[in-house]
Amino acid sequence: MASIDIAAVRKSYGATPVLRGIDLTIANGEFVVLVGPSGCGKSTLLRLIAGLELIDKGEIRIGGRRVNDLPPKDRDLAMVFQSYALYPHMSVRDNMSYALRLRKTPKEKIAAALKGASAKLGLDALIERKPRALSGGQRQRVAMGRAIVRDPQAFLFDEPLSNLDARLREQMRFEIKKLHRDLGATSVYVTHDQIEAMTMADRIVAMNEGVIQQVGSPSDLYDNPANLFVAGFIGSPAMNFLQARTVAGPGGMSVTVGQAEIAKVPPATPTGPVVLGLRPERITLTAPGQGAQAAVDLVEPTGLGMIVHLDLDGQQLKTFTTERLPLKAGERVGLMVPPGSFCLFAPGTGERLAG
Amino acid sequence: MTTLDLSASPAPPHALLRRIVLKAEPYLYCFPALFLIAAIMLVPLIVGLSYAFRDLVLLDPASGDYIGLTHFGEIWADANFWNALQNTAIWTIVCVALQFGLGLTLALLLNQPFRGRGLIQALVFLPWAVPSFLSGLNWAWMFNPVIGPLPYVFQALGLMQTPDNILSSPDHAIWGPIIAMVWWGIPFFAITLLAALQSIPKDIYEAAAIDGAGAVERFRSITLPFLAPTMAITVLLRTVWIANSADLIVVMTHGGPADSTQILASYIFTQAFQRLDFGYASALAAVMLVLLLAYAMALVAVRQTLLARH
Amino acid sequence: MRNPGYWIFHYGLLALFVVFALFPLFWLFKVSITPNDLLYSEGVRIWPSRMSFDHYGAVLRHSDFPLFFRNSVIVSTLTAFFSTIFAAAGGYAFSRFTFGGKLWIVGLLLVTQMFPLVMIVAPIFRLLAPLGLTNSLTGLVIVYTAFNVPFAVFLMQSFFDGIPKELEEAAMMDGASRFQALLQIIFPLTLPGIAATLGFVFTAAWSELLFALMLNSSTAASTFPVGLLAFVSKFSVDFGQMMAAGVLALIPVCVFFFFIQRYLVQGLTAGAVKG
Repeated sequence: MASIDIAAVRKSYGATPVLRGIDLTIANGEFVVLVGPSGCGKSTLLRLIAGLELIDKGEIRIGGRRVNDLPPKDRDLAMVFQSYALYPHMSVRDNMSYALRLRKTPKEKIAAALKGASAKLGLDALIERKPRALSGGQRQRVAMGRAIVRDPQAFLFDEPLSNLDARLREQMRFEIKKLHRDLGATSVYVTHDQIEAMTMADRIVAMNEGVIQQVGSPSDLYDNPANLFVAGFIGSPAMNFLQARTVAGPGGMSVTVGQAEIAKVPPATPTGPVVLGLRPERITLTAPGQGAQAAVDLVEPTGLGMIVHLDLDGQQLKTFTTERLPLKAGERVGLMVPPGSFCLFAPGTGERLAG
Repeated sequence: MTTLDLSASPAPPHALLRRIVLKAEPYLYCFPALFLIAAIMLVPLIVGLSYAFRDLVLLDPASGDYIGLTHFGEIWADANFWNALQNTAIWTIVCVALQFGLGLTLALLLNQPFRGRGLIQALVFLPWAVPSFLSGLNWAWMFNPVIGPLPYVFQALGLMQTPDNILSSPDHAIWGPIIAMVWWGIPFFAITLLAALQSIPKDIYEAAAIDGAGAVERFRSITLPFLAPTMAITVLLRTVWIANSADLIVVMTHGGPADSTQILASYIFTQAFQRLDFGYASALAAVMLVLLLAYAMALVAVRQTLLARH
Repeated sequence: MRNPGYWIFHYGLLALFVVFALFPLFWLFKVSITPNDLLYSEGVRIWPSRMSFDHYGAVLRHSDFPLFFRNSVIVSTLTAFFSTIFAAAGGYAFSRFTFGGKLWIVGLLLVTQMFPLVMIVAPIFRLLAPLGLTNSLTGLVIVYTAFNVPFAVFLMQSFFDGIPKELEEAAMMDGASRFQALLQIIFPLTLPGIAATLGFVFTAAWSELLFALMLNSSTAASTFPVGLLAFVSKFSVDFGQMMAAGVLALIPVCVFFFFIQRYLVQGLTAGAVKG
């Protein structure tokens, strides 16, 4: 296993910049998830690490070795593709052993590696089948098996679960995480699905428009998003953004939406317009008269709890609660935001404001 | 883990070389094909075009001078040329239309699963394997009332008063080569259109059927738009090939009777190999190349607008 | 499901197509087995009252046809082989790379399909004669390969386009060079496409008459279309023998085409006659 160091990497296709200066260090054995909307450059970054594309500027080191100009075959990385990319004319056995055969690994070693990998993934009964005779989930496992028989420097995953249905996706998420725990292999995982990122990552790298927006643990990104993009991308249901103002009042500085005061803010906060970010589940609903006043717009039960859509001074707002409140559309409620459970962003730049 | 020994090594000295090789790779793959095409087709094409400006008659040692645009002036005044041009238009349009219509019908029939499809497909595609001049000889034989059955078939169908040879009728002779050409060319259209039909996702039809679209409506709103790009390129290629193909006409009618089946391609052939006037033949060929290029560009433009609409 | 009325229409229409496609071939065969004395007297009968294979015997024993046939096999096989290799390489480049000048090359390939080949007979003759490539099977192979490569490139490109790029990338990640990936992963998957291209080019080369006639005047280097023409231009046209020779010449291409046509459909389904 090895660490991966990415320094000032740039890449454009023709005149279109795709990556605008990426710096990232992935520690040995770490599971890092690159997440972002499509077109943010996450897949390109993965392909640059893999060597499937050449970088324009900057440097990539794997295990300390500069790999900028090494072809993929000399980088000793394994990759799991979204389409699985199983060789259609080869059996599961041949698919999984192809890399080892290319390396002229002795037969006994190949057999042992195959045995280990197929047992881990429950592929024993399928070993002689061709890919077309496998279900989607089984193909996914073979793609995983093809990667783990090799014992590579690092694993690269390119949206490997996107083609699976929801139930299977959840199960494979769990299995990949368990595999990572057992193998301790350096892993770079690309996805557009923030739930995959949150559940699997040691560290998340949130990307947008070719720039890294924030790097941190899942809870870090969830609780302390660096900007509006990260705040809005991570979390489901998504964070509410309200047009608000910070004002100085008799009781100190506070943030208000319309006439309603939502929460106190530290005295050092400058006054003016801000974007107020509220996680739906951090908002407490109270009886009308307490806290800020809002009207119920719609109630969506989720089983686990309910999502309550509110109208607060003409702005839409979602709250999530596990309580089963007897709320009806049109009813008036109060809402309270505990201290420290909201974020303020600068309206122009979208950057997080201190406090 | 196995590459610890390598981890200390500096950037490989041949990094630049790898980038150059990567850049050159596609050109290397293309090179053999391009070299051959350039040497055997493009250089001779340019030489051939230069003949158009020379007075070049084979076996005539006095010929060979550059005469500028004289040939093109002669072409302008050549009634045979205008006649051949008109015949080319008829020949090409009728052949392409019939091949296309019948090929599309065949493709639609073969696109549904039924028993014996594989065998029938193989059988109806066979004519394409027949050398065109052999099929020309064979069709000429079949059109002959002494030894062929077709005149009697035409008579029975009421198309002819008496069982005559269609190839000797100045008014209808062109239909002989046209039938042979259509026979030979249906498979090409059927193959390409069948392939295009099979690449239309099935669920689109199901969705349309659920929405209540009838068979005709589904054909009009799904099949045709999906086929349009393939149709355009196939029609382009076939038109050019058919306009250029002289062999059926040379074999079956020699352009006769009374030049009624003479098309440009067969006229060029006659000029070059019977009158040995390579200069004039090349000038005619150059005119034809320009006409076909203009046609191709027009069709490509149409195709682009069709693609842009989707 | 459709109603029985539709299927009557369906099979009826197909039957017409099959009859239209096969009747001329049947007639060719019928003439070839009709004895000379019945050729005209029973010219329009659907089957002669007497059958004879004398024409075949004469063609095989007393004419140069076996030599022409051998030449045609050599020329068509080599042409199919080289065209397919060159076209596979070019089609691979078109399918997998973006590179400067690609559009120009495509345009160039299209132009080669545009002009009457008659126009370049004389220049090609002048090009090949000093190299000793006229009256030679090698010369014909070179010329035919050049003629067939442009369309074959488009054909092969469409086959490659049907194979996901990820397969090569997976192989390269597994430790293969691009060339190894091409050979071990892509090539086996393109086999139907290669078969189709081989068949297409073989058929075209097998049928070519003009250049076979113009470049090779000697009997020793003639292909069978030229030989077939020789039956016609003699003073005593022996139609029976000519048709017998025609039937013999048709057998290999028809067998070949019979087996490859479904690969043509398969391969084109993937892609690029559209693109």
